[in-house]
Formats: sequence, C-alpha cells, structure tokens
Amino acid sequence: MARIDLVDLAHSYGGNDAPQDSFALKPVTMTWRQGGAYALLGPSGCGKTTLLNVISGIITPSRGKILFDGEDITPLSTQKRNIAQVFQFPVIYDTMTVGQNLAFPLKNRGVPKAEIDKRVAEIGRLLDLEPYLNRKATRLTADAKQKISLGRGLVRSDVAAVLFDEPLTVIDPELKWQLRSKLKALHRELDLTMIYVTHDQTEALTFADTVVVMHDGRVVQSGTPAELFDKPAHTFVGYFIGSPGMNILPAEVRGREAKVDGHVIALNRSYDKLPDGAKIEIGVRPEFVEVVAPAPGLLSAKIERVDDLGRIRFARARLGDAKLAARAPAGFTSPDGTAGLKFDPSHVHVYADSLLVEGAA
Amino acid sequence: MDKTINQKAWFLVLPVFLVVAFSAVLPLMTVVNYSMQDTFGNNQFFWNGVGWFKELLDPSTDLGGRFLASLGRNLFFSLVILAIEVPLGIVVALSMPRQGWTVAACLVILALPLLIPWNVVGTIWQIFGRPDIGLLGYVLNAIGIDYNYVSNDIDAWVTVIVMDVWHWTSLVALLCYAGLKSIPEAYYQAAQIDGASRWAVFRAIQLPKMNRVLLIAVLLRFMDSFMIYTEPFVVTGGGPGNSTTFVSIELVKIALGQFDLGKAAALSLVYNLIILIVCWIFYTVMTNAGAERKPQEGAA
Repeated sequence: MARIDLVDLAHSYGGNDAPQDSFALKPVTMTWRQGGAYALLGPSGCGKTTLLNVISGIITPSRGKILFDGEDITPLSTQKRNIAQVFQFPVIYDTMTVGQNLAFPLKNRGVPKAEIDKRVAEIGRLLDLEPYLNRKATRLTADAKQKISLGRGLVRSDVAAVLFDEPLTVIDPELKWQLRSKLKALHRELDLTMIYVTHDQTEALTFADTVVVMHDGRVVQSGTPAELFDKPAHTFVGYFIGSPGMNILPAEVRGREAKVDGHVIALNRSYDKLPDGAKIEIGVRPEFVEVVAPAPGLLSAKIERVDDLGRIRFARARLGDAKLAARAPAGFTSPDGTAGLKFDPSHVHVYADSLLVEGAA
Repeated sequence: MDKTINQKAWFLVLPVFLVVAFSAVLPLMTVVNYSMQDTFGNNQFFWNGVGWFKELLDPSTDLGGRFLASLGRNLFFSLVILAIEVPLGIVVALSMPRQGWTVAACLVILALPLLIPWNVVGTIWQIFGRPDIGLLGYVLNAIGIDYNYVSNDIDAWVTVIVMDVWHWTSLVALLCYAGLKSIPEAYYQAAQIDGASRWAVFRAIQLPKMNRVLLIAVLLRFMDSFMIYTEPFVVTGGGPGNSTTFVSIELVKIALGQFDLGKAAALSLVYNLIILIVCWIFYTVMTNAGAERKPQEGAA
C-alpha cells in the first residue's frame, strides 16, 4: 500500500528526442493517495494505457520519475514493484486449477506453503471463487476468469496498487454491474489504491472517487465526478463527460456578458482579463439550458428534434452553425420549429483556447 | 413433400469413384491378393493363406526375424530423433526474435533444409561425412576421432540421426514458433507482474500454449521417421551389415531385390496397419485435448 507520485513523467515511443507533440504521454505531475479509487478516463489512443503500463513497469518512461511512498521505483522491473494488474482480456494459466492460479504469484516469490494456502482460501472467499478452487481454470466463464486475474493481484498482502486496464470489456452487460460492485466492495474492505482505466464514463464515474480525464496524451482534469460535471476544466471534459455532452458555443465575452450569435447572455462572474487572440467559447451543460416559447430578449434557436430519454427530454437545436442540446420542460412544444433559450448563469463557463477561465466575483 | 428424382448426380460422383478405385482400392487389393500367395517367378503363383503373416510375427523365421529387427531399429530411430528434435525445436523457437527484420531472416534460414529433396540431403551427408574427401569426416579423423560411417555401426547411426535432426528440426521449430506467436502479450506482462521466473513462464504459459502444435509436430515427425527410406539408403544403404536397415529399406530389398512379392505384400500391409493405428491414436488424443479446452457454461 502506498502513495504514488508521478513527477514530470512523460513517455514517447519514438524516443526522448521526438517532438513533444508526438509523445504518447505528455509530461504530468500528480499524486495518487493511498487507498484512493482512481479512474483514468479518455477515448482510445489518449495515452491512458501508456500511463498505466508506465506505473506497472511494463514500459520504462522516457522522462520523469515514479515514487511509491516517496521512494523512486522508476528503474525497478515489474517483478520488483508491488503492483497488481488486471488486463482487458482475462489472463489465466491454462494448465492450473483456480487455486493454483491464485497461488502462482506467491509461489514465485517463495512464500511458505501454509501461508499460501491461507491467502488463497481468503482471496477465494472474498471473490466468491471458493467452489471452483480445485477446478481447471480454463473451463470457467469470462467473468470468473477475470476474477481470477484480479485474485492473483490481491493474493499478495504487500501489493501497493491494483491497476485495471479496461477489465470489463469482455464481460456480459448484466455481469458488469455485479463485478463492478464487487470491485467497489473490495476497495472498501482492503484499503487498496486502485487505478482503473476505461473509456466508458459510466464505469469511471461509478467506480472512482477521483476521475482523471486524459486527452491526446495529456491529463486535462482530475477531480471528483461532481467537479467534472459542474466545472469541466477543459472543453474536452465537458464534451466527453455527460450525456449529451456540454454545449460549447463560440462567443465574445466582455465583463459579465457573453455575446452569442449577436445575443447577450448574462454571466455570474466577471471576465476582464481574457488572453488576447485566444479562441473564446462558452460552455453550458444541456441540463442548465431550457427551451421555452420564443420571446424577445431570449436567444432563439431552431429545434431539430426532441429526444425523449424517459426521465428527461432534450431538444436538439441549431444556433447559426452551432449545434446545441437543451432541456425541454414537460409540455414543451414548438409548432413553428423555433424556441427561445434560457440559460442558468451560474452554470455558464468561459473557455479560452479550450481551457476554463476563472472569472472574478 | 415432393422429391425430385434425378439420377444425374451419379455422373458427378463417378469420376471420383473411378479415380479412387484405380489409385487406391485396386492397388491395395492387389497387394492383399499377393500377400496370400507365393511366387517362383514366371508368373506362377501358389496359395499360401495367412502363412506370410504368421512368419512375419515369428522371429524364428527369416522373414519375421528381418521384419522385427528392422521394426525395432525403426522405432528406436524414431524415438531418438523425437527426443532430440522436439526439445531442440522448442529451444530454437524460444530463442528466435519476435519482431523486426531478423524474424524474416530466421524463418528463411530455418526453412532452407526443409526445401531440399530427400535424396539430395542424403547425398550432401554422404559426401560431408566421407573420411577422405568430406569436410566433416576429414576434420573428425584429423583431430583424432576415428569416424567412418561405412564400417562402424555407431558412426553410421550417428550420421543418420544427425542428418535427420539437421533436416527436420526446423519443422518442429517453425511449428513451435507459430504456437508461441499466438500467445497474447498480456500473458507475458501478467507473468512479469506475478513475478514468474523464465522457467515458470515456460511451464505456465509457453508450454501449455504450444501443446497442440507440439502434438502435430510429434505426429508428423514420428510418421515421417517411421517411413524413412531415401536418406539412410543414400548414405549407408542400410549398412554396415544390417545396422541401419529400416522397415522400408527391408521392404524394398524383399520386393525388388529378391522379388518375393508375397512376403513384401504381407509386410507392406502390416507396416501400413501400424502407421494407421499410430495415426488413429494421435488423432484421438488430439481431438480429446481440443474438447477439454472448450469452456463450460454455468461456472461463474
């Protein structure tokens, strides 16, 4: 168990001299506290698996350091780091029984037999694998195999962190929930640092207490699910998290006013010092824009369709060239296809070159 | 239901039927026919019933003695080359690079011996091993090892075995390499994380994943070495004496040398039967091994 610090960590598959734009993992410095449940969230190719493999030691970073509890372990091999990793596809040792699979990491480390048996029985109980301990592991279903992979990590009492690389990809949807709750329960019970890589926001938001969003090799925001939802630090976060994602509209911002499509929207904070020449946009989640009957003083938009999600309805609207989603209150209809947009000023954010700008009160 | 009756289909099957009849069934029946008879040349045949078969299995007769002795030599030969080629093939496959241009180079070099015709392989080794002009034979004798495959039984055996290892280890290595390549990278990474030693990785991951290709390799090499003829015939001619006379060489001696068609036919049938039985055993083992691997439901 350990705190993990990443210090100016970066990796390029093309070597250190390659231009930084081509780095698979751009320099990042952050701290992961002991016992936390973290999710690395981002689309395919954003560098999240690279970061995970750097932590587990499968990849040696081309730059920077990794500290476990303050101790530099960057040059150590995977075997020497106390890391457990669960891969996308279940890895099990075909010729062994479930029990032997679980015992394998301990046997390799020369743990006494009595101790191995005790740990295997304990982990078997935790993962509900007890009935299968003496069965061949090849004959089990994908989720049981994935539990074995996980068990091989947990069986070591000294494990510093458990890494998951999209572990639920091959699991049937109805079992995904079960397995995910199992992970949550294990996390509470064992007080382990868990790092979970996924491109599925539901998985990330339900599993983790801190979600690290990655985009194009860069960590763009790290925060609780609520923070990511309420205050995305990057337009990508706003867009990637939430369904539908945040509306991003080009705007001119001056003081407490944003001008969109020739119309003024009030802002809660004042933005006086925006960088010159930057691309200015405002971002607002569909939950905080309402479509109402057109009225003077309201931004008017063309309604393209209304999606009924059961609990809530979202109108898809067009505003000049920009597309936008907005909450449609009960009973809303638009006979002529136009509607007024009502913004909630406390949830309208301003972005300069895709980065969140903090306004003054 | 109306069934259309159309006998034209028979015409489509007929060519295959004829080809099989003339290429397999009729020749085989001829052999069966000969195996029951004795001939004194001049196309005079005499009924002998199962006499040849009885003699074949009785070591006290000339035919039985020669057959069983060559069968024993043949089995010993097969076991020795399997014991060498399988582990050696695995080692070669394990030490091959997994990516880069060297892969292609290794594959080509490994494939070379497989492309050489059998009798050319025999000739190469026949010359290579000669004490007077062969590089190997000359060098061995020059450094004080008395090596002569023409006069010494053990030297002849060593030459034939080394030749087979040279010729066919590549096949085992290539098959194993294909098996190794099919192991996903995650298995090696997981093993690293589990702290597995090189040997543990081999035992827990690589060997189990090579299981099936190894079975095929053993089957192919066993069959081939059990039927070997050309290479030892070219190098040693079955000698010195009878020391490297394998079943197929014995068979040719009886059939073409002595023109004992009856004995030769009986021997061919028994020879054939042995091969069929071994094939069947391998086939059964292989399909069973495959069935065991299928995942079963309800085990979550």
